[in-house]
Amino acid sequence: MTRFYTTLLAVLLAIASLGPQSVVAQDSPGPLRIEITEGVIEPLPFALPQFIATNSGAEDAAGDITRVIAADLSGTGLFREVPRSAHISTVTSFDSPVQWNDWQAINVQALITGSVTMEGGQLVVRFRLFDVFAQQPLGSGLQFVGSPDSWRRMAHTVADNVYQRITGETGYFDSRVTFVAQDGPKNARLHRLAIMDYDGANVQFLTDSRSLVLAPRFSPDGDRILYTSYESGIPRVYLMDLDTVNRRPLEDDTLTMTFSPRFSPDGQSVVYSAERGGNTDIFLLNLATGDRRRLTDAPSIETGPSFSPDGTQIVFESDRSGSQQLYIMPVSGGEGRRISRNDGRYGTPVWSPRGDLIAFTNQQDGRFHIGVMRTDGSEERLLTSSFLDEGPTWAPNGRVIMFTRETAGANGAPAIYSVDISGRNLQRVSTPGMAADPAWSPLLQ
Amino acid sequence: MKHLAKLTLLVAVLGLSACGGNNFLGGGGMGAGAGGAGAGAAGDPNSVAYFNETVGDRVLFEVDQSTLTDQARATLDDQADWLLRNMEYNVLIEGHADEQGTRDYNLALGARRAAAVEAYLMSRGITDARLSTISYGKERPLAICSEESCYRQNRRAVTVLQAGGAGA
Repeated sequence: MTRFYTTLLAVLLAIASLGPQSVVAQDSPGPLRIEITEGVIEPLPFALPQFIATNSGAEDAAGDITRVIAADLSGTGLFREVPRSAHISTVTSFDSPVQWNDWQAINVQALITGSVTMEGGQLVVRFRLFDVFAQQPLGSGLQFVGSPDSWRRMAHTVADNVYQRITGETGYFDSRVTFVAQDGPKNARLHRLAIMDYDGANVQFLTDSRSLVLAPRFSPDGDRILYTSYESGIPRVYLMDLDTVNRRPLEDDTLTMTFSPRFSPDGQSVVYSAERGGNTDIFLLNLATGDRRRLTDAPSIETGPSFSPDGTQIVFESDRSGSQQLYIMPVSGGEGRRISRNDGRYGTPVWSPRGDLIAFTNQQDGRFHIGVMRTDGSEERLLTSSFLDEGPTWAPNGRVIMFTRETAGANGAPAIYSVDISGRNLQRVSTPGMAADPAWSPLLQ
Repeated sequence: MKHLAKLTLLVAVLGLSACGGNNFLGGGGMGAGAGGAGAGAAGDPNSVAYFNETVGDRVLFEVDQSTLTDQARATLDDQADWLLRNMEYNVLIEGHADEQGTRDYNLALGARRAAAVEAYLMSRGITDARLSTISYGKERPLAICSEESCYRQNRRAVTVLQAGGAGA
């Protein structure tokens, strides 16, 4: 997704030429490693001395980039920054030798050093990651080149690299979130589609507030979004190109309500709900041919469809049993098999990008929960609990979930929260005002 | 960052034209109702105000249900009688849900409620051509507390009169 940051070159160069320490990574991962699935109780301590500005034009960027990297890593709950006031060594040059004893003495396990240079109007960011107790670099040094505007993406990319080297899993920091920004009293809410970086920075609005809009969803390439809008008078699914901000109804000729859309993993089709005569079913539309296929055909409500990452199956919700429950059907349609089997109502299923889990909203005894289960319905875990939690969306690496949490009462307001699939590290995501219906993008390209 | 600049500009322009026109709450319904011309006084049995207040423009539903209660059917009988006397109006039936449910499901539930009202009015002689439906799910609550006293008012279908029927 280069649409918003076309100037970012995102050049990754192994910097073998950077000096004596830029040794190639070891084959063995060494002791510096977090297994995310085991659920980390004690975050791994890291030190992140401010990146060295090698010329005067780079000073602000060096400070900003260092701050964002630290926020990314600390925000995962997997890492803990050892404050600079505790540092013994002062890093004055990117190429100066690491004083291992000084970092070991304050129990730093991972040391991240870097430099920022302004060269010909471009920012050049270099970084290295060290395993302090093994006294070795962890992976080779990397260099990124980009426009000064893209400094946040460069910081996120450094943090993604650190995350990946230590956890063995892809990061999720260089990503975006589209959501519905809200304003006004509860009985006259104004809605605008918006998009921001995963950490709440760079908020932009994609629509004005004249029309009620709901639940945007990213395309697999992150270049388009689907959402539901009342702008024609009835709720209909729209497709927006994020580069041009042009939008069009998904279908020209529908006279019925359409909603709850999601892309297929190849981006070629859209699965969504359409209502006629009070009955809601699931349909599949081929974007290239316009061919529309009905996937469910029952008098009950079938909605919330979400593809498996391999594109062969669709998880959805239905109240055919008398209450909302989750089902999986082949992409060709059909009745499907029920996978939810514990207490309460289940809705808004979303298949993990890793394929292993399905996130959902569970409603029981007047409370709402975000939960995950395996695709056969086993190993269900409720991760959150509140007056109203709903609408999970997966981080690109399938390890973190964002969702909407709305507070109760006349002054109740929605906000976006994130939680690990372990149920830990519940955090409110920074937004400029009320916000709902987050959808997490894939990692940017 | 060319695209960012373009985007900001576009939204700014749209935002300008949206000013002043954002009142969702015109009349009893959320959409463009017939609250203006022909509204008349509530004492006039052919007025919109009479329909909204005396006949009753809405029916309420039980939790997660779209079945019409006896009281709802009585209200809809009166609505049908009024509509048969006042052929110049069409109606838009808005289905709503309370906030105790997920967004998509409540959209579908609101549509079910609107369709239940539509089907009943048709059974009472109102022609299909005069009737349309829309669902707002839980997006447009009327009462804003988070208790049953508010929820019961929000689980509703509202019959919004629209000028432009056969007699107009």
